[in-house]
Amino acid sequence: MADSSQQVRIGIAEGAVIRRAGQIVTAGLGSCVGLVLYDDVVDVAGMVHIMLPNAPKPDPIHPQKYADTAIAWLYEALLREGARPLHVKAKMAGGAQMFRNLTTEALRIGDRNVQMTTELLHGLQIPVVAEDVGGHYGRTVRFDLPTRVFSIRTARGEERQI
Amino acid sequence: MSQMELDDLTADALREFGNIGAGHAATALSVLLEGRVAMSVTDARFCPFRDIVDVVGGPEQLVAAVFIRISGEIPGNMFVLFSLGSVDRLLDQLIEPVDSREDYSDLDLSAVAEVGNILTGAYVTAISDLCNIQLNQSVPSVAIDMAAAILDIGLMMTGYDENEAILISTSLAHGQHAIDGHFFMLPDVDGTQTLLSVLRRAPEHG
Repeated sequence: MADSSQQVRIGIAEGAVIRRAGQIVTAGLGSCVGLVLYDDVVDVAGMVHIMLPNAPKPDPIHPQKYADTAIAWLYEALLREGARPLHVKAKMAGGAQMFRNLTTEALRIGDRNVQMTTELLHGLQIPVVAEDVGGHYGRTVRFDLPTRVFSIRTARGEERQI
Repeated sequence: MSQMELDDLTADALREFGNIGAGHAATALSVLLEGRVAMSVTDARFCPFRDIVDVVGGPEQLVAAVFIRISGEIPGNMFVLFSLGSVDRLLDQLIEPVDSREDYSDLDLSAVAEVGNILTGAYVTAISDLCNIQLNQSVPSVAIDMAAAILDIGLMMTGYDENEAILISTSLAHGQHAIDGHFFMLPDVDGTQTLLSVLRRAPEHG
C-alpha cells in the first residue's frame, strides 16, 4: 500500500480528482465502469465510479453516478485543476455481467455503461487509450499519478496494468 | 449510517417473518441434505442497501451470491449471500467432500443456486402466507466474486441507493456443520414501505 495520505478511495457513484502524485482506488467494480480522465502533460487526474448510462433528470444529486453527468463533472473538474482539453486522455475498466445466465435487458447494464461512456468520450474527442471491460468478473482498480498507470486486479488474483 | 427507525411492532413482525421463512427453508433443506436441518435467525432488520457489502465483509470480500428477481404485487430483487467457507461446507454435503476447491464447477454453481432458490422460495412463501399477496420468483442466477461487484446490479435495478433492504441473517446447522447465509430483499422504489405495512398488518390476518 502506498502512503495512505496520498491515496483516495472512491465508492459507488462517487468521484475524485488528484494532483501531482497519488492514487485513486475503487474496489469491486461489477457492471459499473471505473473511468479515469487525465492530462498527459500536467499531473492531474480524476476517476468516477459510474453506475448507470443516463441520469433520469438533469442535475442529479450525485452526478458521478450516471455516465452522462459523471463525464461532464469529471471533465470540468480536471479543466478547473489546470488540465488542457487537447491533453486529456481516458482509461476505463469494468462493465462486466456478473450473473451470466440472466439475459434480461436490465442485466446487460455493464455493456450499456461501457457503450454510453465510449460514445460520450468520442463526442468530447477524448481518446480512450486503454480499456479492460466486459467479462463475468469483478475488478478493483487503481490509477497512479504521476506514472498514469491503471492497475486492475480481479477476484481470482489476476493483475494487469494498462 | 442512517438506519430506518423501527418501532417494536415492526421489529417483531420482521423477526416473525424471518422465523417463518427459516422454518420453511429448514424443512426443504432437510430433504435436500438428507438429515435434520435446524435453522435459526441471527439477525432481522432493515439495512441501507449500500451497507450490505459491509455486512458480508467489505467490497472486495469474495462471496457466493444467488440472485432472484421477484415479480407480482411487491416487485424487487432478492439476494442470498454465503461466505466461501459456508459454500464449501454446503458443497461437501450436497456433492462430495473435497479438501480444497480451486475453482467451482458448473455442478457446484447449480447446487448453490438451488439452495439459494430454496431459501428465497421459503421467504417468498412466508410473505405470501403472512400477507396474502401474490409474488413470483425468477430462475436463480449465481455468481462467486467480490461482494461489491455482485451487488451493484441490485442498486442499478432500483436506481435508489438510499433504499432500505430487508436483511435476514440465518445460521443453518446440519450435523456439526454450520452454514451461515444472509438473505436480502430489496423491493423496487416504494416497495419497502408497502412491504413494511403489510408485514405490520400481518398478525391481523392470523
